Amino acid sequence: MLFVVNFPLFTIVLSLFSGALCFMLPGKAARRYTMCYEAFLTVLCLWILQYTYLNGAFTYVMGEFPAPWGNEIRAGVLEATTALIFMIIMLTAVFCGYRFIEKDLDLSKENLYYALLNLMTAALLSMIWTNDLFTGYVFLEILTLTSCGLLIVREIGRTTLAAIRYMILNLLGSGLFLLGVVLLYDLSGHLLMVPIQKVIRELAADPNTLPVLTISTAILTIGLSIKSGLFPFHFWMPDTYGWATPTSAAIMSSLVSKAYIFLLIKIYWRVIGIDIVERMPIRNILLVLGIAGMVIGSVQALHADNINRMAAFSSAANIGYIFMGIGIGGVAGYTAAIFHIFAHAVTKAMLFLTTPRLAEVSGDSLLFKELQGSGLRDRDAGVFFTISAFSMIGIPIFAGFAAKLQFGLAAVEDGAGWRLILVFLALAVSSMLNALYFVRTIIRIYSRPNESTRMEVRPHHRAGYNVPMLVLTVMNLFLGLFSWVTVDLIHRGLMMFS
Amino acid sequence: MFENLWINGEEAVAIILFGIGFTMLLFQRNLLKKLIGMNIMDTGVFLFLASMGYIEGRKAPIVTNGVLDTAAYINPVPAGLVLTGIVVSVSVTAVMLSLVIRLYKRYHTLDLDEIYVLSKHQMEDR
Repeated sequence: MLFVVNFPLFTIVLSLFSGALCFMLPGKAARRYTMCYEAFLTVLCLWILQYTYLNGAFTYVMGEFPAPWGNEIRAGVLEATTALIFMIIMLTAVFCGYRFIEKDLDLSKENLYYALLNLMTAALLSMIWTNDLFTGYVFLEILTLTSCGLLIVREIGRTTLAAIRYMILNLLGSGLFLLGVVLLYDLSGHLLMVPIQKVIRELAADPNTLPVLTISTAILTIGLSIKSGLFPFHFWMPDTYGWATPTSAAIMSSLVSKAYIFLLIKIYWRVIGIDIVERMPIRNILLVLGIAGMVIGSVQALHADNINRMAAFSSAANIGYIFMGIGIGGVAGYTAAIFHIFAHAVTKAMLFLTTPRLAEVSGDSLLFKELQGSGLRDRDAGVFFTISAFSMIGIPIFAGFAAKLQFGLAAVEDGAGWRLILVFLALAVSSMLNALYFVRTIIRIYSRPNESTRMEVRPHHRAGYNVPMLVLTVMNLFLGLFSWVTVDLIHRGLMMFS
Repeated sequence: MFENLWINGEEAVAIILFGIGFTMLLFQRNLLKKLIGMNIMDTGVFLFLASMGYIEGRKAPIVTNGVLDTAAYINPVPAGLVLTGIVVSVSVTAVMLSLVIRLYKRYHTLDLDEIYVLSKHQMEDR
């Protein structure tokens, strides 16, 4: 029993150690090692989830320095669920994408890719587990640097340019986040989440200090929303996700931007206190920006000429959905937002891992006009693309539908008024736009190509690709059909937060 | 109101520095100037932390002459945070500089807008 308490820290330390180890291993060994240890981490996360589900959340005190001092790690049901889903997606992204990594990268640098990937795992996990704001900041920067590394390993001009734009925006975000953390430290004198909340509860009672608190929270929120790509800060997405190697695109769109949002939700619940956040005007602004992102991201996706750019703009729209959930507020709103984090992570990883296969049988082009009939040339990828597209549109039995249902329920629970009307309108318009561009793409990849563009079918390693994709499909269907299981987990986790 | 500003002079200057750096990072077209802006922004935050951590009349948190009273020393945590922040800032700057070098080698300019136009014309790397 006591042994499990060490696991969260162990997952972080093991990831850091693996990063160092992969620098020394040759490429293939690094790949095999990464696959094994990611699978091991998945088992550990499952174990932590089982333990926290039965026994409640626990805090691990590092170096035995008690609460106001020292550094802490905390694991509850929500953290464990998030870590588990993130690790499964990471694992499948490596399994499905390593052939493309070999193709896109210089062979001598393959081990460096896995080293970066392991460091990124460490950063993701520590952002999920941490109970200390400054540790959160440090690993947030590590996450930014490693994701930039995963982007530029593919050495073409476009990725370097995309990386510099990505880094500039991310640095603006981290600067604001650091300022926000420092302001909160200035106000409260603590860095650990629980002691900060104690002081903030006293401060919020005083109407003179509430504006200061609002400004600090707003700065933190702006920083993290820039980093996760909320409208109007989403314009780096198409270049970044469009040109990165598929594993990187899948991980960056489904895990990295979600980790920032997870940290934001954690700060709202555990540092500032959700009832205090709901008293601030931040909530309405996030609702409006989220809805704007949903609609504008979808409209831009409609105009894209390239399948990866379309998927990237659809990511921007889905970040909008998540922020809309935060904007709706209340336990139901946050549950919907976190559910959508999971649903979109599972779906978008699948989408970004199928598009390169479709491109491969279309003369390595991602343009729609070249992709005509690619679903007939590579039937496996075509089927998996269709599944993920259905989930993105929100067709029942898939995860996307369950997420949209949660948003609707949360809006109803929030009460009648302009917010309810706005949310329902946004859901309707954005679902229609999603259906427009995804159905168009599905028709495109299944219609017979002209004689001039006919390409030959290439043989593939079928099992190595299909088994991980089937895992993602099963997860997708599980989230869609048995959404109450995940919703219950999220609900329990949120209750443990406060 | 301005009295408060005078009392918290260091903090006010720190926030102004942060603003200067932030706008430089956002609006400068030259990549090196953007980077310097980033460094100014971080320095602003470090100044804020350092000035907050300093209390007049107290000593650095190292026990001297056997004085064990905590009121004689300042809190070491802000200084520790500044050091950690500097390490992060240095590594970010290093990565950004390497990216700038790579871009300069390819496009022979440091102007981000020009690079963007040039990259649109280069269709060989789709």
